[in-house]
Amino acid sequence: MNQTSDVIIIGAGVIGAATAYFATQQGLTVTVLDKGLPASGTSSACEGNILVSDKELGPELELTRYSLGVWHGDLAEHKKLWEFESKGGIIVASRESSLTSLERVMAAQASYGVVVEKLDPDALRQAEPNITPDALGGASYPEDCQVQPMLVAAHLVRLATEAGARFVADTAVTGFLRAGKRVTGVTTTRGDFAAGAVVNCTGTWAGELAALAGVDVPVLPRRGFVMVTEPLPPMVHHKVYAAEYIDNVGSSDAGLQASPVVEGTPSGSILIGSTRERVGFDRTVSIDALRLLAQNATALFPFLAEVKAIRHYHGFRPYCPDHLPVIGHDERAPGLWHAAGHEGAGIGLSAGTGKLLAQALAGMTPDLDVSPFTPARFGEQARNTSHREEATA
Amino acid sequence: MNDTTTGRTERADVAIVGAGPAGLAAAVAAAESGAAVVLVDAAAQPGGQFWRHRPEGIVQERDGRGHHGWKTYLDLRARFDAGRERGQITYLPGLQVWMAEKDDAGFTLRTTPTVAGPVGGPAVAARRLILSPGGYDRQLPVPGWDLPGVMAAGGIQAFLKGNGSLPGRRFVIAGTGPFLLPVAAGIAEAGGQVVAVLESSSPAAWLPHLGAAAGVPEKALEGAEYAAVFARHRIPYRTRNVVTEVLGSGSRGSSRVTAVRSAKVDAKGKVRPGTERGYADVDVVGFGWGFTPQMELPLSLGAETRLDADGSLVGVVNERQESSVPGLFLAGEVTGVGGAKLAVLEGLAAGAAAAVRDDAARAAPGLHAMARHRRFAEAMHRAHPVPAGWQEWLTPATVVCRCEEVTAGQITEAREMLEARDARTIKSFTRAGMGWCQGRVCGFAAACLGQGPAAPPSAESLSSAARRPLAAPVGIGELAALEPSDS
Amino acid sequence: MSTKAQRGAGGPAAAEQPGSPQETVTISFDGRPLTAAPGQSIGSALVAQGIVAWRSTRKGARPRGLFCGIGICFDCLLTVDGATNQRACLVEVCEGMQIEGSCTPDDGSRA
Ligand SMILES: Cc1cc2nc3c(=O)[nH]c(=O)nc-3n(C[C@H](O)[C@H](O)[C@H](O)COP(=O)(O)OP(=O)(O)OC[C@H]3O[C@@H](n4cnc5c(N)ncnc54)[C@H](O)[C@@H]3O)c2cc1C
Ligand SMILES: Cc1cc2nc3c(=O)[nH]c(=O)nc-3n(C[C@H](O)[C@H](O)[C@H](O)COP(=O)(O)OP(=O)(O)OC[C@H]3O[C@@H](n4cnc5c(N)ncnc54)[C@H](O)[C@@H]3O)c2cc1C
Ligand code: FES
Repeated sequence: MNQTSDVIIIGAGVIGAATAYFATQQGLTVTVLDKGLPASGTSSACEGNILVSDKELGPELELTRYSLGVWHGDLAEHKKLWEFESKGGIIVASRESSLTSLERVMAAQASYGVVVEKLDPDALRQAEPNITPDALGGASYPEDCQVQPMLVAAHLVRLATEAGARFVADTAVTGFLRAGKRVTGVTTTRGDFAAGAVVNCTGTWAGELAALAGVDVPVLPRRGFVMVTEPLPPMVHHKVYAAEYIDNVGSSDAGLQASPVVEGTPSGSILIGSTRERVGFDRTVSIDALRLLAQNATALFPFLAEVKAIRHYHGFRPYCPDHLPVIGHDERAPGLWHAAGHEGAGIGLSAGTGKLLAQALAGMTPDLDVSPFTPARFGEQARNTSHREEATA
Repeated sequence: MNDTTTGRTERADVAIVGAGPAGLAAAVAAAESGAAVVLVDAAAQPGGQFWRHRPEGIVQERDGRGHHGWKTYLDLRARFDAGRERGQITYLPGLQVWMAEKDDAGFTLRTTPTVAGPVGGPAVAARRLILSPGGYDRQLPVPGWDLPGVMAAGGIQAFLKGNGSLPGRRFVIAGTGPFLLPVAAGIAEAGGQVVAVLESSSPAAWLPHLGAAAGVPEKALEGAEYAAVFARHRIPYRTRNVVTEVLGSGSRGSSRVTAVRSAKVDAKGKVRPGTERGYADVDVVGFGWGFTPQMELPLSLGAETRLDADGSLVGVVNERQESSVPGLFLAGEVTGVGGAKLAVLEGLAAGAAAAVRDDAARAAPGLHAMARHRRFAEAMHRAHPVPAGWQEWLTPATVVCRCEEVTAGQITEAREMLEARDARTIKSFTRAGMGWCQGRVCGFAAACLGQGPAAPPSAESLSSAARRPLAAPVGIGELAALEPSDS
Repeated sequence: MSTKAQRGAGGPAAAEQPGSPQETVTISFDGRPLTAAPGQSIGSALVAQGIVAWRSTRKGARPRGLFCGIGICFDCLLTVDGATNQRACLVEVCEGMQIEGSCTPDDGSRA
């Protein structure tokens, strides 16, 4: 038996890293286990946007706002470590119909406090000179910002270890130690680890982990491709996306969807994201995904047709059927906690998730009510496997 | 994009990537076994690296001066041209394959022009695929190696063979391996001055491997030939010597190579204090630490890989050159760096095997010769290892990733502070390998630096460095013009 | 992106001559005329004129020219007849070709 700690965190993606950081801040002794190195899962195959612009009214928006406050507050002193940039988002409408729906969304968002500014075609061209001449107008979201997610995960793990946490790499959790129903630790490829609380931060693998404890947490993979261009001088100044993006985010359609999301990065490369499709953990490169990304991106920024793509990558967003993350204690297996299923917003939500969960682990009442994210919403007892079949269907 | 040929698909029994010794031989063998062949090559004319020659429309190299095995080339080329005339071989030069896909019917290649042109590239569909994309010089960074005037040793050779001229006057050639000899000899015969050849290994390293070398007499002949050239031109060949720094002059933006610092090293590559010396008035430095096979296409199709004796990641093949992926054959450097003769033998075997319609195994021709060449290559690799101590030659400011300008200090910091112990994580945290070349140049070094000085990089780390979902940059306009897939 | 730089399979039509070709072509580099031999790569034509760097890096403004010589490293990128990011080691010169480097203006390496 390895030494005992207050908390074991399984997974060193952004969610596990943020939870470890804030748990050590709460004075808890923490052990972080990952089957690989920090940021070896979805957190290294995504984009690093912290977005309010794509959220609808509801618990996710509340969590986003809270998280944004943590990025700017508790974590402000470390901004430079992960290339934090307040770049702002712009949504562009190129059809009358999408302009109308954009205006509707803007009005709703403004009514619940999201900072959003209407851009007429001139203002849009001033903000993004290379935008398509077809653009009819847009909306600007100055609160949207960005980080380099791999560095977030790695530095939060480092900061946590410097504050006393232990990080154990290349150690896969294979099962749970139990005392009756209670979870008292984990078995791993490198021996057993005991703790008062075990937190499942395994992202897309969270369902598998939960199953090892006999509980159902229906986290499924939703594949996304991102294309990366040659380095260029600044041509795209914000995170720019088309109005249809909002519809795709909330959709459960299994088919391939892509709406243009184009952003410049400090390195000069432009990221063109991103597709959404439910194909299980299939890693086969899809020519249709690349074609769609290219078509959508060139429609938004015609100059891109003359630019070269130098690589692409894909990741698997961890999502739940109701598109909400799972955060909190799992009454079905006392001692087991979850923080997973953040879908396409895990980077942005990590700071808030970690802080709230750390408060709960320390026995405090979290700053924000996390009950909408409770694992209990997936029903009482034993897991059923139907979700998994659905994922590969 | 109305004039695009992006929508066109060339169909064949056997598709081949690469027209070097391996690909050319494979095309000839497959066509002569009755298959319809499409060969795609990035270069403008056949030959690959070994038989690179001046543009045929301008200079006819009938005598093959400066080439080895030119007779073999002329023979393969004649058979290749005959295959084209019979309509059996479709030759698509000037196109880079940027992606290979496999489905039930076989393989599909996506192509893009190597040099900007008015048209995109066609797709190629075939039941069998032979990948013979060769490799490139393996590099180790050293202070000053990004100054203009520093080149890959093979790059100097390619410059000479492709242009018939030299990229400078006074050369230092450094690194390890027998390949440094033809590079230096080629320079001297073309009128350049080779100030020194610095070989990190030692002739004593040869002794245990002489047995294997003896099986390949033509290599001994070649060696004698180089020895004569070295003697004629008084080229100093200094073993257990390395370049520790390349010096330049000129203001920051216009500096270029002017001199080289070297030192003697022990068997582990550790610099022996007090042995430092300088070479002044040098305008070109050529580095070669062996070769790195181009593994992105085999990896993308899921071919099984292994670490070869030289520490390179290479594809695993059976006696018919077939990889772990049914219908996918590998030939040449991608199965292990072993020289052009072996590449030809492998190409012939792969071409014949891929052309056979039923899968009944037919003993590949030339198995014994291949085994001899492989033993020789392995002996060479063992005698010319990448010196374990090379990381100590670096300073924290030494650029490792030339594209993204990531320094050795940044990489060791990521390793020590952030647990970046493999090439993939180093890339994520530091951007080493994220630029234009996608880690082709720095991938090996970054994997070594992640591992630390104690051990060579693992196959997993090298394979993460060699995974490149786009095997070549491709225009976004070209991607947008692709046909939707049928499914 | 279209350009005259395309090199066909057989190279540009020219009189077949064994040995070194006698004729020359004129190209322009950053607006200045240079003489080159037909069949040469742009990289080789520039180096022959003593120009060894024609690009500067984005961060450190370090000069770059030929390195790998075979189209692998992308250090040698330049603009050919308006087509950006062409590899100087691969593109063959032809008469009238307009070539632009991208050295940062003050570094003097193009002088
Ligand atoms: C294409 C794409 C674009 C995206 N863009 C954005 C964006 O712009 N903004 C945003 O906020 N979000 C974005 N996301 C979503 C975001 O990437 C994820 O929500 C987030 O990375 C999830 O983090 P995580 O820590 O939960 O999971 P992960 O990063 O996957 O971490 C899980 C960790 O658990 C470890 N693990 C798994 N099983 C075990 C085991 N048995 N034992 C030990 N360890 C284990 C894994 O090794 C891994 O390190 C995007 C996602 C994709 C795919
Ligand atoms: C720069 C260089 C110079 C060399 N010079 C010598 C020498 O002088 N003497 C010596 O003994 N050995 C030399 N070698 C080693 C020699 O190249 C090999 O031993 C031999 O040529 C290997 O043959 P091959 O057919 O495997 O590969 P290669 O000869 O490398 O041929 C591979 C071909 O595939 C093409 N290709 C690669 N990827 C793609 C793609 N994605 N799409 C389309 N086409 C592609 C390449 O352009 C190339 O034409 C050199 C190697 C290099 C890298
Ligand atoms: S010199 Fe490397 S790509 Fe041209």
